Amino acid sequence: MSVVIEAKGLDLTFGTGEGAVHALADIDLSIESGEFVSLIGPSGCGKTTLLRVIADLEKPTGGTISVNGVSPEAARLARAYGYVFQAAALYPWRTIAGNISLPLEVMGMSKADRQQRIAKNMELVNLTGFEKKFPWQLSGGMQQRASIARALSFDPDMLLMDEPFGALDEIVRDHLNEQLLKLWAQTKKTVVFVTHSIPEAVFLSTRIVVMSPRPGRIHEVIDCDLGDDRPLDIRETPKFLEIAHRVREGLRLGHSYED
Amino acid sequence: MLERRGFSALLYDRIVPIGVVVAVIIVLWYGFAVLLNAQFERDQAARAKTEITTSQLIERTLSQDRPLLPAPHQVVSEIWDTTVMKKITSKRSLVYHGWITLSSTLLGFLMGTVLGISLAVAIVHSKVLDRSLMPWIIVSQTVPILAIAPVIIVVLNAIGISGLFPKALISTYLSFFPVAVGMVKGLRSPDVMHLDLMRTYNSSAAQIFWKLRWPASVPFLFTSMKVAVAISLVGAIVGEMPTGAVAGLGARLLSGSYYGQTIQIWSALFSAAVLAALLVMLVDLASRIVLRRMGMAQ
Repeated sequence: MSVVIEAKGLDLTFGTGEGAVHALADIDLSIESGEFVSLIGPSGCGKTTLLRVIADLEKPTGGTISVNGVSPEAARLARAYGYVFQAAALYPWRTIAGNISLPLEVMGMSKADRQQRIAKNMELVNLTGFEKKFPWQLSGGMQQRASIARALSFDPDMLLMDEPFGALDEIVRDHLNEQLLKLWAQTKKTVVFVTHSIPEAVFLSTRIVVMSPRPGRIHEVIDCDLGDDRPLDIRETPKFLEIAHRVREGLRLGHSYED
Repeated sequence: MLERRGFSALLYDRIVPIGVVVAVIIVLWYGFAVLLNAQFERDQAARAKTEITTSQLIERTLSQDRPLLPAPHQVVSEIWDTTVMKKITSKRSLVYHGWITLSSTLLGFLMGTVLGISLAVAIVHSKVLDRSLMPWIIVSQTVPILAIAPVIIVVLNAIGISGLFPKALISTYLSFFPVAVGMVKGLRSPDVMHLDLMRTYNSSAAQIFWKLRWPASVPFLFTSMKVAVAISLVGAIVGEMPTGAVAGLGARLLSGSYYGQTIQIWSALFSAAVLAALLVMLVDLASRIVLRRMGMAQ
């Protein structure tokens, strides 16, 4: 296994003077290829900001970070990752196939290549048959699956996911969690996953990064060695509950439950 | 509420309410026609030293040659006479004059739309232009068009440009504004997530424009084009006035007022209104078709 993301003493302050917000403070984190790492914490703990720094959507104000051994910007220019947002962010004037085709068009792929990748990735997220539908004709869960297919379409090494299932109801969320695990097992991508749900983090991850707010920093990193085979029922096993308890304790010690 | 379908829906949701409003307007119109034209008939009767009954009075107020306010049927029959009953090449045909106005309206609308879009694209892509152009665009619309129209016509005439183009230019002057303002808003309408997405793909500025900003702005474009086409018509009519009332609906309005031909004024006015309504409906139809194709029709 090789290190794909390496942050050392990472710092990020938005604005200056009185109104300055210290979003990230002294972040040390290293993520290896093939890992599924969740960033968990309350609102304002900087978990989304950290993901955005990895994606080169924000610039850090201090410390160093490398992605695939180069700067985040170089990694973005090399199209190293697929990004999944909180909302599906599908373009309403494109069909589902058209939306998945978007990054492929931007990258200048041939039509035949595009069609083959669209078909493959739509099958991967169980959306075959919905190619010609427009986003508003699909449920929220299906839209988010389409957005995952879009992120995977150009076969990046890394998947960066920012609370992708946060807006969905729990039943749909459970179902998509299961599908995401299968997808991860099939593709062996490195996944960095932002969430504020403890069961979701424990169910999906190989490692859980517990963050605490004001300023956003890493409180604890918890190994989540539940193995590769994780049916939904695993959530009632003592081992699962023990890890979930440790995450909750970590959040409490990180002052996440205070006003 | 019970949902109505088909003809019954059309009847109760459209025809009945619109019909009621039209009927009320016509009744009021006849009332005012009698009221406003009555004084003239009373004066006439006094001069001839005769008495007129109320029914005679009403009848005469609705059939004057140059009434203060023509009755609806007089306007309708004038429009009928000057459209269906005249050859369209005749100088007295409203179709002829309508076409003159329509052609400069359409040319001006086209130029205004292109100009408006170009300005919006420039403004969205350059902070400097945003700060320097936008105030001038707003100031341009505070100048009364009635003041600037003769200047444009006369100046262009002096350098040998006359006819369609100067009039169209006045339409352009009016119609570029809603398009520019609407398109600035439309091109800026994509939310942060949609823009971030393009950034993660390392898209060029051209790709962001054609794949995101442009399609996102299409509903805004059509909304502003509806306003633009209507004021293009106003511009064309205003542009026809300083040219000496040669041709066009504006010329009909002006010559009507020179000679006190109120019926002619009102029929030109109605033709202009109908033309404007048709143009707006046409843009609306185009908008529905395009938005449905793009999957954005609601």
